[in-house]
Amino acid sequence: MTARSKEIVEKLTQVGEDVLGDIKAGKNPSIDITMRSLSNVYYDEKSGLIKLGDDKQKRYYFNLGQAKKFLQTMLIAKQIKILLEQDKPALSIRQLFYTLKHEIPGAGENTFDLQEESDPIIEDMELVTNSLREELNLIATPNGVLSGPMVVEDKTGDVLDFTKMGSAGGAVPPIVEDDFFHIKEMSADYILVVEKYAVWNLLNQEKYWKKNNCLLLTGKGQPARAERRLLARFGEEYKIPIYVFTDMDPWGYYIYSVYKSGSINLAFFSEKAACPRAKYIGLSVKDVREFDIPRSSWVKLNDEDFKRMEEIASYDWFKKDKWQKELADLKKFGYKIEQDALVSKSIEFTANNYLPAKIENKDYFD
Amino acid sequence: MTPAKAGTKAEAKVEAKLPKADSPIAVELAKKQKAISVAEFFEKNRHMLGFDSLPRCLITCVKEAVDNALDACEESQILPDIYIRVRKVDERILNVVIEDNGPGVQKDVLPRVFGKLLYGSRFHAIRQSRGQQGIGISAAVLYAQLTSGKPVRITSRIDPKLPAYVYELKIDTQTNEPKLLSENYDDFFTSRGTRIELNMEATYVRGRQSVMEYLKNTAIVNPHARITFVDPYDERVIFERACDVLPKQPIEIKPHPHGIELGTLIKMLQSTDNLKLSSFLSLSFAKIGGHTMDSICKEANLDPAMAPQDLAQDIDGVKRLMAAFQKIKIQAPPKDCLSPITGDLLKKGLTQNHRVDFISTVSRPVNVSRGNPFLVEAAIAYGGDIDTEGRAEIYRIANRVPLMYQQGACAITHAIERINWKNYNMEQPKGAKMPQGPIMIMVHVASTNVPFTSESKDAIADIPELEDEIELAVREAARDLGRYLAEQKKALDARKKIKMFEAYTKELAIALQDLTGKDHAVIEAQLRDVLAKKFTKFIDTDEPVKQEAANDSPQ
Repeated sequence: MTARSKEIVEKLTQVGEDVLGDIKAGKNPSIDITMRSLSNVYYDEKSGLIKLGDDKQKRYYFNLGQAKKFLQTMLIAKQIKILLEQDKPALSIRQLFYTLKHEIPGAGENTFDLQEESDPIIEDMELVTNSLREELNLIATPNGVLSGPMVVEDKTGDVLDFTKMGSAGGAVPPIVEDDFFHIKEMSADYILVVEKYAVWNLLNQEKYWKKNNCLLLTGKGQPARAERRLLARFGEEYKIPIYVFTDMDPWGYYIYSVYKSGSINLAFFSEKAACPRAKYIGLSVKDVREFDIPRSSWVKLNDEDFKRMEEIASYDWFKKDKWQKELADLKKFGYKIEQDALVSKSIEFTANNYLPAKIENKDYFD
Repeated sequence: MTPAKAGTKAEAKVEAKLPKADSPIAVELAKKQKAISVAEFFEKNRHMLGFDSLPRCLITCVKEAVDNALDACEESQILPDIYIRVRKVDERILNVVIEDNGPGVQKDVLPRVFGKLLYGSRFHAIRQSRGQQGIGISAAVLYAQLTSGKPVRITSRIDPKLPAYVYELKIDTQTNEPKLLSENYDDFFTSRGTRIELNMEATYVRGRQSVMEYLKNTAIVNPHARITFVDPYDERVIFERACDVLPKQPIEIKPHPHGIELGTLIKMLQSTDNLKLSSFLSLSFAKIGGHTMDSICKEANLDPAMAPQDLAQDIDGVKRLMAAFQKIKIQAPPKDCLSPITGDLLKKGLTQNHRVDFISTVSRPVNVSRGNPFLVEAAIAYGGDIDTEGRAEIYRIANRVPLMYQQGACAITHAIERINWKNYNMEQPKGAKMPQGPIMIMVHVASTNVPFTSESKDAIADIPELEDEIELAVREAARDLGRYLAEQKKALDARKKIKMFEAYTKELAIALQDLTGKDHAVIEAQLRDVLAKKFTKFIDTDEPVKQEAANDSPQ
């Protein structure tokens, strides 16, 4: 067990001891949980990060609405403690769910029915122990794929050259900390993050990364923790431009903001997993005219899109003039455009025309 | 039953003078007209008296005898002890014995009581009683005789010092007169009382609409009676007394002006001994005092000093008197002519014969409909041995007599159907008129004149005042049951929660042992302690949990 692990185990033990203290004092046992709702999240303009406030909520045992969640919290706490003490390979959060899922004798119900019940409690534990999931020896399955001029030594000892990953690309591993994923060489001029795998794949096949000497990364839609953490590392360790390329719709915009500023739910993780230097390269409403994107590939915005647009417009990290204008333009335009739609111009259009032109003209914004 | 008149002598003379072809049709018709004997009438109209199907014939016979026995015992202040035995004679014929410990029937009147239709002591009296018209038991005798050919055998002893007489009698179906066939002593008949034995064509059945069902319900609403029944398979069932206090004897009252009918009024005017209309009105009716009498006479424009017999000749005058009865405000009839079972005894009777989880009873105050005082009692029982399948069971009682047939035509049923049972926490499937579950609804209507829909007294007519009172009574009882059901549900939920919580606590203690290394048994005991001391109420104080995390972000 590493020193860090020991530290976490001690904190978890303290959680148990505190509960026992409540019981001995004849009090309703409770634990303090830092709230992770929008109300306890703020945007720190100075750092450009979404950060978590100090609001805490007590989770009680003797409360019908909370009793089960309290029990689940203790189950997860003790399981993490056991995993750390045993120094076994990291478990996925789904595997943790399965190690704890069983019928409670006499209650006619299970400790957990869905992974949606255990996942947020793992996040609670990250906050309680002031650590990251990776340090708790838990991993979420990453989706990310990467290619470009970079050589990495993996924890396994394998050396990975990301110029030789073929058409599938190289996978982003669950943990991308330096001792797991050590970057030996990196010579890219910039990093391009692509929202969708299909678009990333097209660019990779055309060796876009070779022609433009860049790293090409995708998180396959909403990025998992590993992709976000990896981009944050690039941002910290290499002073090269970082561009994010998404659909032109509120969902695409939000994906960009997660890479750049972090997310509401994992606000405590922002400092390690956000990349404030990232810039938005598109698609943007004025691209429709400038690149003459054919009308046939426009898709009408639906009610849900408009609702989400309003939400996004109210977030502090979208309060910048450029973004408010972009959102207003989108609303006025009334159509969304997917990155994939650019193939309607020509298959090579994205790689040969759109992206180089945007970068050349510095046509991107924060 | 008015026998049609045969042609008179005078008409016969006129007829003789006319040529045959010209004789009026009425004359021809008159030849065919003749008196209908009681037996013939009965044969044609069996259904009117409750003898329409073979199982029902048996029930009606038992019912008439038991009704008589109960009425007689109560009038004589005797706690009823009634014995009923049914045996099979052959495939077609049943032998029925009903014996009571009542006052017996005096030798002089006995043949007429049993052997003459429309003979009885209660027809003219205005008060609550089971029998009314004096048809019941003699109709049973007639039916027995017509189907088996055998006379009935009646034993009666009016005093332990006197011998018990046994009579065999038949009814002369032409004249409606009793015919004694034999008269003997019964040395073995030890008790005081009456025994009737009949052979009749009938069928013994079980289940709904059976003798057993009728007796069971009779026992419930007559908790002061002991009823013993021996069925054709020699099985003996005793419905024991739930109380040994006789019901309050209803007082006989004079007719109330609001309930009187024209014909009855004329008959009363003709036969009264009073010399003046004023005294006739004051003495023959309930609730007519001097002042009311004056107002009525003034309204009817009649001289209070006139002779009642004279008024009887003046149909217009009688009609004016009737109108005045309606117009002048007259006090409601007295209420002691009714004998309610009362909530307590209804409860005792029901629980004596049923195992139930909950029972609620209601006795409404006396009310008046068409000049007849009436009152409604209701009981709703739940759970226990009441059938859990299907809709609620309904028991209809009129003057302490269970009604077995034509439930759908009855005001009691209709009143129950007007209620939305979901309001009282009961299940009522969409479109269903009755609640579902182990529910028993019993309604008793007591009146000096229960408005039946027909002579066979199967169902109560839909008189609005009556239906409203029934609905009120049933609703009142339903509210009680509704409260009980709500409490039950609450208790059940609490038990479930406690059980669940106990299971949680075991699991939590083990997790805490893993976390802290302390013994889980100790932790569990401590947790239970805290719960018992301080948080027993946590089950009810279920504060809403705030949304803890937004779900719009990635993992």
